[in-house]
Order: sequence, then structure tokens, then C-alpha cells
Amino acid sequence: MIRADSVDGSLLERAPLLLRDAICGYVPETFRPIAEALLAMIAVLAVFGLLFAYLTLAERKILGRIQNRPGPNRTGPGGMFQPFADGIKMLTKEDIVPRAADAVLHFLAPVALVAFSLITFAVLPFGRHLVAVDLDAGVLFFFAAGASTELAIFMAGWASHNKYALLAAMRALAQLISYELPLLLSVVPVIMVAGTLSLPGIVEAQGGAVFGFIPAWNVFTPWGFAGFLIFIVAALAESNRSPFDLPEAESELVAGHLTEYSGFKYALFFMAEYFGMCALNGLGVTLFLGGWQAPWSFLEFIPSYLWFGLKLLSLLVVFIWVRATLPRLRMDQLMKLAWKFLVPLALLNLGVAAFWALTASWSAPLQIVRLVVAIFLVITPFMLLGRKLSAGIGPRTYRYAPS
Amino acid sequence: MNLALGLIALLILATSTVALSLRKLVHAALLLVVTWFGIAAFYLWAGAEFVAFAQILIYAGAISMVVLFAVLLTRPSSDLSARSPESVRRAISGLFVGAAVAAAMAYAVLQTSFAPVSSTPPVSTVREIGVQLMGPHIAAVLIIGLILTASLIGAIVVASSPVTAKEEEIP
Repeated sequence: MIRADSVDGSLLERAPLLLRDAICGYVPETFRPIAEALLAMIAVLAVFGLLFAYLTLAERKILGRIQNRPGPNRTGPGGMFQPFADGIKMLTKEDIVPRAADAVLHFLAPVALVAFSLITFAVLPFGRHLVAVDLDAGVLFFFAAGASTELAIFMAGWASHNKYALLAAMRALAQLISYELPLLLSVVPVIMVAGTLSLPGIVEAQGGAVFGFIPAWNVFTPWGFAGFLIFIVAALAESNRSPFDLPEAESELVAGHLTEYSGFKYALFFMAEYFGMCALNGLGVTLFLGGWQAPWSFLEFIPSYLWFGLKLLSLLVVFIWVRATLPRLRMDQLMKLAWKFLVPLALLNLGVAAFWALTASWSAPLQIVRLVVAIFLVITPFMLLGRKLSAGIGPRTYRYAPS
Repeated sequence: MNLALGLIALLILATSTVALSLRKLVHAALLLVVTWFGIAAFYLWAGAEFVAFAQILIYAGAISMVVLFAVLLTRPSSDLSARSPESVRRAISGLFVGAAVAAAMAYAVLQTSFAPVSSTPPVSTVREIGVQLMGPHIAAVLIIGLILTASLIGAIVVASSPVTAKEEEIP
């Protein structure tokens, strides 16, 4: 753990550490590491619990505005207390467990899902000195925890003793496993170029600026831009968000593996989904958008954790926007997109990143050649693959009903 | 430290033993996953962070799915449940096979000459593991890659066996 008095920076930058040290000052010396770990957990739970509550409200509000309706506006000023009303409703609802269900697994599934989604927050660097556990293999930890959530979904589907739930769990697993591949492959170039698996290390590697004015974030390199797009698409699918929300697809299928869940267990599944979405977006911010780095050095008076929060919130708004805009994919389209489009592109992107890393020492005029070659290497396969896969489907024509 | 090791060992042994004795295959598979988590915990205890997370990612994330899908997609054959589990012949053959595997592994362990352990624990960073894998152990990595590719192609060949017209007629 980093001590508050051992780091430099403005008062605002050190404020969370100072607060932690002030609280832990009341704890005897021997229990201090445990107290600090507990405090980090409480902070993550409080911040992301509140973020979850208001994210549901923001989602409903933004979706409402996009669909030309006001959204929730009855509870409190502008619907501000809606999440708490929802929470009370969920807590007081009857918890129904089917008689044939496997009661233990039926109970364990949502608990395991929320637990696995929450521990991913442990390795995310929220600020310059704000990382709960600084692991040497942080990226690997993140994906290990993420992969374990699949188990919980299987448990939910199987324990419900319902054929819709089991089939939907299989479908959800097929989606999760398929999209884990492009997700991992889009992250590998970042690790390759940064030369480390530690998330704070990857953020440090994105400091400074190229040509003096472009922030040295990975998203501003050709491979980083392509990787970011692949990452976002795969993250949408991994967090069951529209247009990839087939596991639930509340408007056309039965509610998937959640069919036999009610009350607070149902709410736990949603909580896990939002936590997973926040964590994946946090990883995206960390890997591609420079993490807690300010874009320009004159903006560094704003503390690093606020920069992280700002980037995270903008990505979350993009996710909500995508949900309001794109129609849901069909199952075969979903698989085709993952295996025939995203995986080859991510593999090619790996090659581009290797080229980028090997040519880092080229002299100034050759840097332009390097940039052009890398952009060419990214765009050409995208165009070719896109053309080939959409051959015979497009161009689409849209007909509007006569007004 | 030793208390933690004891607890981890107890977890691994208890879950694997119970998994063996359960009649419901899905429960046994899920308990096996807990065993794998226990092994990951052991790696963490031993300070091998990278191996521990790789263990969770590969075993608890991927292989568990293969096991569970295999359990669900294969129908338990009716004659398996009809056979009484406690026949003497099955017990003897089980013991025989178990003893043979144990003997083979014990022989392999005894035959291996282990390098003397240095008194200072080695500092293994992820970078060091990567350098070691890509340098002195590159042959092993390539061979494993080749084997996995071959098995993947084999799996595709097995899965894509052409459906005969006769089978399709059956509704």
C-alpha cells in the first residue's frame, strides 16, 4: 500500500489516500493492512454501487429521451429517487424458487456472478495512486475473474430445472466464449507494446504526447484504434448489452437464464451485468484511453481519478446510446461477426502492433511511412473482410410508411 | 503460512473426494471446478501469481465449460445406471487401474533428478516467464501448439461428419 505522505502531487490528488490513512490511524498497527484492504473494498462497493443505481436511471432517462418520451420522472425531482424505489421493490418481492430446482445452486449462481464481477475492480487503476491490488499480472487476473462468470451463468441455467433457462444459458455461454476470443486478442497488442501485464504499468506507458500535442494514448495509434473498436464490440457482447442482448432478449424470447429468478436474485443478475459493464469499460479506458492520464499536461490540475471517471462515464453513455440505436442481432449473425470478422481482424491487428513496436526507433521522416503503412495494414483487411462478408446482403434500402 | 497451506490442501482433497463420490455428474463437475480454484489458491500461496491466474482462466474458465457441455450433451446410457455400482469386479478393476496410474507417476517422479533448490526464493516476474518460454523452452511451446492445433482439427473433423440423408428424414 502506498502511504499518503510518500507521494507528491496536489492535495486533491492525494485526498483519497489522506482520508484512508486518517481512518486507518485509529486502527492498531498490526491490523492496519486488513483495515486498508477493507476500506478499499468499501470504497469500491460504495462508488460502484451508487454508480450502478444511477446508471440504471441514466439508462432509462437517455433511452426515454432518444425514444421521445420523458423516462421515469415521478419519484423525487426529475425521477432522482427511482433507483431506490426500484431497490425497495426488488427487496420486498417474493423470492420464488421452483420446486424441482437445485436449491443450493439456484441460490449460489447470482451470488457467484456478483462476486466474480466485483473482484475485477480490484486491479483497475482508478487514479495515479488508486489501485486496490497492484498485481504484476493484472490483465490476466481481470480475464480470469471474467471467465469465471460463465460458470455462474451455467449454474443459473442448470439449477433452474427449466428447459428455457438451460437452453438460454447454453446460448449465453456460446456468446460469451465466442466473444472472449476477440476481447483477449484485442488486448494482446497493448500488452505487447507496453511490455507489461500490470494495469498501472500500461497506464504509465501511455503518458506524454506524440508530436507535442497528440496524447500518447493507445487509441491514437492505428493498431490501438482498431483494437479499441474490436474491444468495444466484444465488450458489448460480453456484458450482454444490446445489440448482443440475446441471452435475455426481453422483448422476443423468454428471459433466458433469468426465467426462474425473481425478487432480489433477479436484481443481483442485473447488478452483476452492470458491474461487468463498468469493469470492462474501465479496462477499455485503462488499456486504450490512457487510464487516469489527463489528455494534456496543462489539464493535470484536475485529479487523475476524475479523469478516469469522466472517460468511464463517456464510454458508458456510448453503450447506452448503442442500445438505443442498433437492433438486436440474430444468433447466426452473432456467431458470424465473432468468428469470421472480429477474430481475423484482431489477429491481423496483432501483426500491425508487432510492426509498430519493431519500427519504434525509425527516424523522423520514416515515422510518417510507418504511420501510413500501419493505417493501410489496418484498413485494407477491414474493407476486404467487410465487403466479402456482406456480399449479397446489401446495400439495404429503407422504405418509410407514407405519412 | 502453514495453516493456509493446510486449509488449501483440505479444500482440494475434500472437494475432489466428494466430487468422486457424487452420483449427479453436474454436481461432480462443479465441485471439480472448486478443486481447480483450490489448486489456483495453492499457486498463489506459493507465490506463482501468473500460473495461478492462468490456472483459473484455463481450467475454471475454459475446461470447466468443456466438461459441463460434455456432461450435458451426452446422455447417461441406461445400462450405466442399471449396473450396480458396488460390484466386486468393478472395485478390483478400479483399484488396479488406480494403482497402475499411481505407480507410473511415482516411477516418473522418482526417476527425475531435481535441480538443487537455491536458498533464496527466485523472483519470478511475468516478463521473466515470457523470456524463459520464448528462449530456452521454445521447442516445448511449439510442440504444445502443434498438438493443440492437431486436436482442434481432429475435433472439427469429428464434429462435421456428414449427415446422411436417411438421418435427416427422421423428424
